[in-house]
Amino acid sequence: MTVHFKQDQPATDNRLDTMAQGVIGKPLPRIEGLAKVTGTAPYAAEYVCENCAEGVLVTATITRGTVVRVDIDGAMRMPGVVAVIEDDRLIARPAQGTANEAPKQQPRTVCYWGQPIALVVAETFEQARDAARRIAVEYRDDGDVAVTPAEVAAEEQEDETVREGNLDKAMADAAFAVDATYTTQGHASAAMEPHAAMAQWDGRTLTVHASLQMLNYNICELADAIGIGAENIRLISRFVGGGFGSKLGISEEVVAASLAAMQLQRPVRVVMSRQQVFQGIMRRSETTQRLRLAANSDGALTGFGHEALVSNLPGEEFAEPVLQSSHFLYPGENRELVLKLARIHRMTAGSVRAPGEAVGMPALEAAMDILAEKAGIDPVELRLRNIPDKDPERGLPFSSHKLAECLRQGAEAFGWDHGSRLARQRREGEWWIGTGMASAARVHNVAEAKARVTLKADGTAVVETDMTDIGTGTYTVVAQIVGEMLGLRPERILVDLGDTRHPRGPGSGGSWGAASIGSAVYVACMAIREKLAAQLGTDESQLRLSDGKAGDGQTLVELLDGSDIAQTGHYEPGRIKDDFAASGFGAFFAQVRVNHYTGETRVDRMLGAFGFGRVLNAKTARSQCLGGITWSIGMALTEALEFDPRDGHLVNRDLAEYHVPVHRDVPDLDVILIEERDPAASFIQAKGIGELGMCGGAASIANAIYNACGARIFDYPMTPARVLAAMPD
Amino acid sequence: MASELIVNGRPHRLPDDPRVSLLDYLRHDLGLTGTKKGCDHGQCGACTVIVNGLRINSCLSLAVMHDGDQITTIEGLGTPEAPSPLQRAFLAHDGFQCGYCTPGQICSATAMLDEIANGWPSDASASLEGRFEPTGEEIRERMSGNLCRCGAYANIVAAIADVATESDA
Ligand code: FES
Ligand code: FES
Repeated sequence: MTVHFKQDQPATDNRLDTMAQGVIGKPLPRIEGLAKVTGTAPYAAEYVCENCAEGVLVTATITRGTVVRVDIDGAMRMPGVVAVIEDDRLIARPAQGTANEAPKQQPRTVCYWGQPIALVVAETFEQARDAARRIAVEYRDDGDVAVTPAEVAAEEQEDETVREGNLDKAMADAAFAVDATYTTQGHASAAMEPHAAMAQWDGRTLTVHASLQMLNYNICELADAIGIGAENIRLISRFVGGGFGSKLGISEEVVAASLAAMQLQRPVRVVMSRQQVFQGIMRRSETTQRLRLAANSDGALTGFGHEALVSNLPGEEFAEPVLQSSHFLYPGENRELVLKLARIHRMTAGSVRAPGEAVGMPALEAAMDILAEKAGIDPVELRLRNIPDKDPERGLPFSSHKLAECLRQGAEAFGWDHGSRLARQRREGEWWIGTGMASAARVHNVAEAKARVTLKADGTAVVETDMTDIGTGTYTVVAQIVGEMLGLRPERILVDLGDTRHPRGPGSGGSWGAASIGSAVYVACMAIREKLAAQLGTDESQLRLSDGKAGDGQTLVELLDGSDIAQTGHYEPGRIKDDFAASGFGAFFAQVRVNHYTGETRVDRMLGAFGFGRVLNAKTARSQCLGGITWSIGMALTEALEFDPRDGHLVNRDLAEYHVPVHRDVPDLDVILIEERDPAASFIQAKGIGELGMCGGAASIANAIYNACGARIFDYPMTPARVLAAMPD
Repeated sequence: MASELIVNGRPHRLPDDPRVSLLDYLRHDLGLTGTKKGCDHGQCGACTVIVNGLRINSCLSLAVMHDGDQITTIEGLGTPEAPSPLQRAFLAHDGFQCGYCTPGQICSATAMLDEIANGWPSDASASLEGRFEPTGEEIRERMSGNLCRCGAYANIVAAIADVATESDA
């Protein structure tokens, strides 16, 4: 049976807190963890499959034009080569997150350097790889096209635009004003598992093991791309080696493996090379951002301006939502927020962890530091003075708002010095040492979700949904919710994720996974509790379940008397979405060392305090925060996609040249989880935490660099060259 | 001619195709998929295995180069029924998220602790000689070839430090 619940009202009863098992929120180790640490957890490319052929993608070596001919003769004569798949249904770009339909196909029309155009299939990977290099492609090259945002007139994204009051006047009248322009370079998700798919076709059903985040959308995207019904497709993603946005939509290897398997009537595996992942999957757009802040003599904002320029390929709707949190984080009745999109021929721009805030917040929070300095107000205090009591643009109440607590508790735990912020006060040898801070904000989303929970006659439970766990902890938090609601120890619960034969989950993306699937699981468990209560002749609210027993001694096994209870929970966010502004909030504090002579920056320590509703598992939630802070360090200091200005090809297309943080870049990190319940965020009072940890963190490092050595840097990442250029003598 | 290598104590025939990397040989030919491919270019450490006691990136090595070698993969370090101390410590400290870099981190850490014990210096060492302590900085420096995009570093270092100090005691 399916129980549908649409949440129109805040769930203020906090029922999870009234249960008896006592596992919710606890720092339990991951239930799938043993499989991961022993190497026995299978990822997409690792399923054993008889007679599986291996495919390698062939990619374009021009930026814009048409494939006239693919010369396959030489390749076909090589040993082991089975086929070269050229099919108009191959996708030329990955699908955007939640697209639910095929992305651009017709790969013979080339729109960016590195676009996949064909697939070579051979008996072995080595044969396919060599043959793919032997394929000669003849193009009609369209020649010069725009590959940098400066070359084109950008389109204003009108539904993002806010113009209220008179910002120019507010700036002119302000006691303190900041007008600063920042740039951020592009980023890659660079999940450690390259995109991979293994497809099997039995004449009726296409089964694909893939590395995807949102099977609930991906199944429709794949069905649309190849032109068969979704009911004839089964997608499986039990383990996903990181996603960070890059696996939200189906990518080129999924469709290529599927079409090849169908054409050749045998299983086909396609794994992208690391270089292909960099070139052919989503990038985060570079940005140029102008911040204007006007404040009165108390430091209260009277004007707030944030304009951003981002880019994408022609035909793509996605525009990096840089202003997302700027709309509500700080007040200022004179407002101007404008987002512009330039159409250029670099690979598709799409979601990379925390789209929007990841780059918007570091610019805003660096500008806030300048304002604090000008106004002579402690940066923590400046933020505290600028917390709006309702959403400044929409006038909505906040579902909950923990920024002040995060700022205060974070500052205290870090040992923040509220005294003078004069730069260049501490030096050890060649190194300047300083501190900085920044606010964190990331909009909260919650999505429709379904999950089936079966309480089995033997006193165990099974949870089934096509929701994924991309390292976020879904397996474990789902088990904790079921355990809490049904009075079971988590080891009695089998969580079966990542299979489209199960009810549709919300997918992992936008930090909405845990709160959404958790709410669906909660709905199902409530329905099971109702049944159990009826059987006991009592009211659900009186039901006390723990360790497999109901109340005073009767075991669940006795109560169930040989039959299972299965319920599908269907959760849908209703008016809570329209009636409240919802966001996670936080604060970052960093201490850095900057080398006076080389401009090198090292992060000595960093702390993040975050409020994001109910903590479902204190261990995995903390890990999500650690991951986000680590990404903040990468964005601040090293991560940058470098494009050739002539043809727009990505120059640093591997992990040796695109620098994600390594062990030695990341010091001990402190995380404070500010415990709260947010009844309007979801049915289980939880918000998302996958992205908040990197929404502003880079600014705390930028501000610490300034405090250390006096270099104000307006371009991320703050490489040694940029630091040196800005370093006062 | 011997033409075999020993993986986790069992002999296996070398592949016929000389192009097969040690990594692909383990993953594909032997089905030991615990060893991961993150880059195939020696840039990420996901493919780390232990060859004759030393850690290497198996993607940078051809299988046919390992005639007679003793190779230990993550599957040889421990099993779900009997995990190694490092595997247990990673679980306890949540030293992973997606788990894709994890076997490489654990293989690398296993051999790395031997390198410290054997007195091999690193960039983080104060001198080239002497006994080295498994400090946080030593661990970070020596583990920097193993990328973790999930950003589990802080927990990984805590897990390794735990095992290092336990075995010290
Ligand atoms: S796969 Fe070998 S180092 Fe990355
Ligand atoms: S756990 Fe995901 S890359 Fe390390």
